[in-house]
Amino acid sequence: MTQKEIFVAHRSEFKERERKIVPHGNTEIGVYRANGKLYAYQNLCAHQGGPACEGLLMPKVEEVIARDQTYQGQKFNYEELHIVCPWHGWEYDLQTGEMVADRKFRLKKYEVVERGEDIYVLV
Amino acid sequence: MSWYELPTSDIHKMAVEELDTSKLLTNAARQRDERNYKDLLIIDVDCHHYENESLREIVDYIEDPVMKHSAQMATTGGTGVQTSFLPGLVGYQDIAGRVTRYPLRKSEKTPTGKVHRDVTLTLRWMDAMGVDYVCLFPTPMLAMGSHPQTEVEVNMARAYNRWLTENILYTESRIKSMLYLPFNDPDATYKMVQDFGDKKGVVGFMVTASRYAQVYDNAYMKTYSLLEELGKPLAFHAGYNWSDPILATTNRFIATHALGFTFFNIVHCANWIVNGLPVRFPKLKIIWIESGIAWVPWLMQRLDNDYKMRSSECPSLKKLPSEYMREMYYTSQPLEMPDDLSVLETTFKMMNAETQLLWASDYPHWDMDLPSKIYDLPILSEQAKRNILGENARSLFNLDTSPRFPK
Ligand code: FES
Repeated sequence: MTQKEIFVAHRSEFKERERKIVPHGNTEIGVYRANGKLYAYQNLCAHQGGPACEGLLMPKVEEVIARDQTYQGQKFNYEELHIVCPWHGWEYDLQTGEMVADRKFRLKKYEVVERGEDIYVLV
Repeated sequence: MSWYELPTSDIHKMAVEELDTSKLLTNAARQRDERNYKDLLIIDVDCHHYENESLREIVDYIEDPVMKHSAQMATTGGTGVQTSFLPGLVGYQDIAGRVTRYPLRKSEKTPTGKVHRDVTLTLRWMDAMGVDYVCLFPTPMLAMGSHPQTEVEVNMARAYNRWLTENILYTESRIKSMLYLPFNDPDATYKMVQDFGDKKGVVGFMVTASRYAQVYDNAYMKTYSLLEELGKPLAFHAGYNWSDPILATTNRFIATHALGFTFFNIVHCANWIVNGLPVRFPKLKIIWIESGIAWVPWLMQRLDNDYKMRSSECPSLKKLPSEYMREMYYTSQPLEMPDDLSVLETTFKMMNAETQLLWASDYPHWDMDLPSKIYDLPILSEQAKRNILGENARSLFNLDTSPRFPK
């Protein structure tokens, strides 16, 4: 089966940490540019079917535990970004589409290609 | 752009500048159409509005002149920081803005005119989900049971109930409610049932569970008798109170919520049974709202096990505690979804879900459930799904659904 390309944006119109949502049949695809890379996922949450790509993009929250095992607070890890579904807050790893609290759940991933100045998703 | 601005700056970058419930729920509407909900009666037994946004209107209904003055001053002027007439709760229901309908709620546009904004908003999400009727409850008032001044609870309850019946229930017949009872004052509770029991759209009465009242207190018996006589159910709506001494030991809201929203109801349910209230009021229908259902088999087993050894402490009971619990009603949300569905199947069996379980969305709160939570379950028969999604509630509330489903 040959893959179809869906136009997303011109490269100059798609900035770092931006998201575009493109229609695809009866649903949509969320395309992200973050930490220098492009990612695309179906806008359909594995929980109750919410629009996962219409929520926040958040850095992972991590616990700060000292050597002596005492709790020192929390911090953001900007290397691991999460797609957060706006309906109930399920968080997906932007790099893999896996749900971070239980990795057997995931968003459907699409390939993104850049040709010349244009960005497409393959469906 | 600093990362610390991310939540708000990202929200502002959303495809819609302001919240649009119908757009946020596009995928719910797709589920509605794919599953053909238009042929299915769906009744939502627990959903909410934000009465704080109508507080100025509500306090005008306060009957006590001194308190009304105080409430009007606090609402229109005050310090602007808080009002003692709607005490807030410490908590993080919106998961720090991740559940975006919280921070964006106020930006949603509704037409100005005769129809109340809360009616417009409620119908918007009902239609998106394919819901026919709802039972609407307040939000901040769920915490009113811990207000230190009983007279504030009583006055606000009456004002809210008058405002709700006149402005919402009288105007939109798809919206029903079980009215707030000022349970810290048993006489005012009784009077509320007397005064509002026959009002349009009132399908029962509701006690907010996060409080320290003793449900077996003799002072409540006349209210239970009256409710039984009227054939109106009594519901206990779960809630948390982070200042409760044991909950105050939790430091992450996940624990406060997971425990708080079950244990107040568990305590009231245990007290209700071991004091023999199901025997004294055999026709009074009891509903436990918003505690999920995993606690039901737990309490059944705990009470049955103890009862077999200590039946002398509850001599009224004529059968096992679990058998009384099986005659009570439970709302489904937030329905726990174990990986192993046989766990859920056992829970359904133990509680007689086919006749006792009532679907609820809890929309727009953060842990809301869609009808598909029940509709898509492979462990339920078609009839069980129909019952849980609407038929059980129809018979419980004796609802005339013919306007939505003409014969
Ligand atoms: S539907 Fe996405 S978190 Fe629930």
